[in-house]
Amino acid sequence: MSLHDQDDPALRCAQEERLRAVWAAPKGIFLKWTDCNNDAVGAWYVLTGFVFMLFAGVLGLLMRAQLAVPENDLIGPATFNQLFTLHGSMMMFLFAVPMFEAVSIILLPQLLGARDLPFPRLSAFGYWSFLLGGVFVGGSILFNAAPDGGWFMYPPLTTRTDLSGIGADIWMLGLSFIEVSSIAAAVELIVGVLKCRPPGMRLNLMPLYAWYILVVAVMILFAFPPLIAGDVLFEMERLLNWPFFDATRGGDPLLWQHLFWIFGHPEVYIVFLPSIALFAMLVPTFARRHLLGYPWIVLAAVGTAFLSFGLWVHHMFTTGLPKISLGFFSAASEAVTIPTAVQIFVFIATLWAGRVNWSTPLLYATGSLGVFVIGGLTGVMVAVAPFDWQAHDTYFVVAHLHYVLIGGTLLPLFAGLYYYWPLITGKKLSDRLGRLAFWILFAGVNLCFFPMHLSGLMGMPRRVFTYPEELGLGDLNMASTAGAFLFAAGVAVICLDMCLSPRRPLANRNPWNAGTLEWLAHPQDEHWGIRSIPLIESRYPIWDQPDFMRKVDEGRYFLPDAEEGRRETIVTSVIDARPLAVIRLGTPAWVPMLTAFALGSVFILTTYHLYGLALIGSVLTLACVVWWLWTGTAEIPEKPFKPIGHGLELPLYISGRSAPGWWAMFITMMADATAFSGLVFGYYFFWTRHETFPPMALADGPGWFWPMVALLAGGVSWLLTLAARSANSRGATGAMALLLTGAMLAALGSGAAGLAGPWLSGLNPEAHSYPAIVWTLTLWTVAHAGLAVIMQAYVLARGLAGRMTARHDADIRNVTLFMHFFVLSVVVTYATIGLFPEVS
Amino acid sequence: MRYAILLACLLAAACNTHQSALAPFGVEAGETRTLTLVMALAALGLAAITFALYFRAVRAPEGSLSHKGGMKLVLWMGAIVPTVLLAGLLLYALPAMRPMDSAPGDLEIRVEGEQFWWRVIYNPQDTQGRLVDANEIRIPTGRTVVFTLAAHDVVHSFWIPGLAGKMDMIPGRENRLVVKATKPGRYRGVCAELCGLAHALMAFEVVAMEPVAFDSWLAEQRTGTAAPPKDSRGARLFAREGCGACHAIRGTEHTGQIGPDLTRYAHRRSLGAGTLEPTLTNTAAFIRAPQDLKPGARMPTYTDLSREEALAIARYLKGRE
Repeated sequence: MSLHDQDDPALRCAQEERLRAVWAAPKGIFLKWTDCNNDAVGAWYVLTGFVFMLFAGVLGLLMRAQLAVPENDLIGPATFNQLFTLHGSMMMFLFAVPMFEAVSIILLPQLLGARDLPFPRLSAFGYWSFLLGGVFVGGSILFNAAPDGGWFMYPPLTTRTDLSGIGADIWMLGLSFIEVSSIAAAVELIVGVLKCRPPGMRLNLMPLYAWYILVVAVMILFAFPPLIAGDVLFEMERLLNWPFFDATRGGDPLLWQHLFWIFGHPEVYIVFLPSIALFAMLVPTFARRHLLGYPWIVLAAVGTAFLSFGLWVHHMFTTGLPKISLGFFSAASEAVTIPTAVQIFVFIATLWAGRVNWSTPLLYATGSLGVFVIGGLTGVMVAVAPFDWQAHDTYFVVAHLHYVLIGGTLLPLFAGLYYYWPLITGKKLSDRLGRLAFWILFAGVNLCFFPMHLSGLMGMPRRVFTYPEELGLGDLNMASTAGAFLFAAGVAVICLDMCLSPRRPLANRNPWNAGTLEWLAHPQDEHWGIRSIPLIESRYPIWDQPDFMRKVDEGRYFLPDAEEGRRETIVTSVIDARPLAVIRLGTPAWVPMLTAFALGSVFILTTYHLYGLALIGSVLTLACVVWWLWTGTAEIPEKPFKPIGHGLELPLYISGRSAPGWWAMFITMMADATAFSGLVFGYYFFWTRHETFPPMALADGPGWFWPMVALLAGGVSWLLTLAARSANSRGATGAMALLLTGAMLAALGSGAAGLAGPWLSGLNPEAHSYPAIVWTLTLWTVAHAGLAVIMQAYVLARGLAGRMTARHDADIRNVTLFMHFFVLSVVVTYATIGLFPEVS
Repeated sequence: MRYAILLACLLAAACNTHQSALAPFGVEAGETRTLTLVMALAALGLAAITFALYFRAVRAPEGSLSHKGGMKLVLWMGAIVPTVLLAGLLLYALPAMRPMDSAPGDLEIRVEGEQFWWRVIYNPQDTQGRLVDANEIRIPTGRTVVFTLAAHDVVHSFWIPGLAGKMDMIPGRENRLVVKATKPGRYRGVCAELCGLAHALMAFEVVAMEPVAFDSWLAEQRTGTAAPPKDSRGARLFAREGCGACHAIRGTEHTGQIGPDLTRYAHRRSLGAGTLEPTLTNTAAFIRAPQDLKPGARMPTYTDLSREEALAIARYLKGRE
């Protein structure tokens, strides 16, 4: 197809008809929930996250009602402890993180000029997991069964089953399930940013929002797994009585605090950086110029991400750590101010250099920067250890974290709401109501949280359901309560504004005259995402490339048609966005929802100790996943190449390092390896905590023999899989089948030998933290051996069924990648449990 | 300015002097208050400067800042100024991270957090001078005191805002907190780490005494002048109900270690670890149904005791018989 062809309106019309038909949303009361297009899933995601936020906000209001006056008896401690635990947990896990992912699922394909993200069904799976897990965790309070140990769930209060009930299990298992969906979304977003950019959009031309998504998604990848490792240990202790955190049996409560905060501190930046990303989109629009200092802000974002992993100990300043580490972590915590200040001043400089168009979104951005700056400055204060010894666990910290999170997450999201509402609905929100809501919110947040700085220093610890009158904290608390309700009124005005939106007239396309790709979206929502995928030459193509919008709309760029009736998008190279292939995207299906519900049932049934049913759930989950992969992935196309316009022909099948599927596997396994390293950290942490480790009575441990057998067998399985891959690429299906069978047997042998070590030496995991952590590492690695067997069997079946050939080899390449990580965990596990006791 | 006015009003309106980091009676808390004020003022100043620059930026006509000028602004305000300020802050604050020096002869007090009260042991290493008490801590002014902090059940945190920063009590670990009180008086400390249902009702009284008065008080306690209880109705009921299985009273056969030591109950200024006034009626009510007054309290209920019997035990504990 040449430019010339697109001059024909009839052709364009026919193309549009085909695209419209291919991308049409499924209709019908039931079928419409099978949709997996990013605009539908993203919208459900955002709406669900918003409802969870409102719910958690009401919990906050109930707390403020109880604390309005001293010695109040409105709400007793049992309910109150559930209120603050759920308020914090929901705002963090069910609002802040998923909301960023939800917004990104909507915006990212638009920003990248892609038709959709690379794995639409994975997005749908993530959404259904999120919905189910969120209702499970949030709904628990209606049955008086909500977790009540505070959102960081410190053991032993939460691990001792005589001190805490089912709520703790609901927290651990329900939120672990949601963490799975968060990681699924992170995989989707990273691959989307790296592989689905339009031709020509080199990394340094990427919209800043995409940069931030990349940074934040990578942070999720490394931050959530340590928490999952902690969750595993935590539930092992609660359900099986394995004493990881029980000091009387060699455990240590501080291990949880480390694992939690290795997650918990990056989490703060995970929820804050996306807001900066929103600013980075809307500030240039309203300053009517390019953002100043693009490389600076990218470096600052990356720097913040790096530093944020080195700060976790500042949440543990009062646990009696050595002073040297206090000094180090104080300094590191202060250092993170610098990239943050760079980002803020980039915005100030951009506004200064530009011609400011004062608008409602900019008003919200301004207000949130103001609130955030105050929270940031009190953050500098609490990072100084001696001050933190006073402020820690008091209302001062409550004030600090709410200034940071409201200024750094909630208000920026409202700014984004007012900015992007026309993009989603085609209509603007009301300026009048928006500004009214802003001023109510701004007054509310300061009236609620500023007095808390004082009440904290004047002796009010956090998480108290009452306080004595003699402390004279009544007035400060009354002010806070009034502020909280004022804030809620502001949120109500915003809700009203959104409800009135359907009655308002349509706005123009690109109503703010922005310069970035997402504003190509049509007011009359077309589900195809973008009419044709453009060639990008600048950071603000709508401003800089003449006739850009018209050319996109007339299909004068790439892939303007869907002649085979398939959903497609272009895959490009990671650094310089050279077009590599056209991939076929997932279409609406039940399988993502079913997989989410099957997986959810495993977590939920385990919570209620229904292990038999949970096992059935696991088998169902596995069946769903296999069905999903078998029918929906690595499909062999009907023809090898496809023209995408301008004389370019791209392959329709891609495997190995340039394929999105390979990247997804790689990223998932990075998360898996990080969780594993959390468990290994546990082993060596216990070693540092004990004079003799393994303890004398257990000095033999699993011995070295069986672990070494397991290690060797695991290595053999890995080598045989590598050999099978090269046999497959030579077209030797028979040899491949033989080698894969050998690999499966070796993996089975590795698992059996792994279990034999601790089993034959009679290590009792309930006796002490040492056998418990040895068993945990072993079970983790054996479970991966089991996964390896399943994957090898799957690949074998694909080969025998003719769904995998020498040229179409994505399956075996991805499984080989899994095996690289598998052999790594085999070596680390068995060297640790088998050899380390010999040398230590 | 708005904040400064708000701050002043609030400070004037509500001030307690016995449980506040802003009303120090110890060396460390005093230094921390100075640090707090310095940092708070600096923070207000920095916030004001940032906001002023922001409003200048919004109002500035187009092109009033060149690209080069803008990058200079980012470099200076975003990188150089914060680096210098933070380095200064660290140099100023790091010395305060060093624990206060203590010498071998200093008074040692071991405090153990329990759900939901405090076990206090003076001179825990010294079998002669060892003294067990609960929910009240007495310290001499002007002398260094070493707290050893521990817990058995869950994590608690030991916080006397007027004296020093808080320190956690973690099962399986022992933490040290070295303090020096400067002003005699009665103060209050609380548990600062969520420890269960009655976390909000887990406080204790701190009495800072002139050194001489403290020495004679401690000597008096050691020599056991705490009068041996009379053979009264309350004493008999106390024994009959098995109170001594959990509570100790020095000089009697009651040596339970599970609950707070009650030897000095008559002298305490609170009941239920800072929950209530220790009046006779409150004490009797607490004995019969502790959870009604302190939800989550671990003491079992004694509703089979009549009000009158409970009152007799209360009288016995208060030394009124």
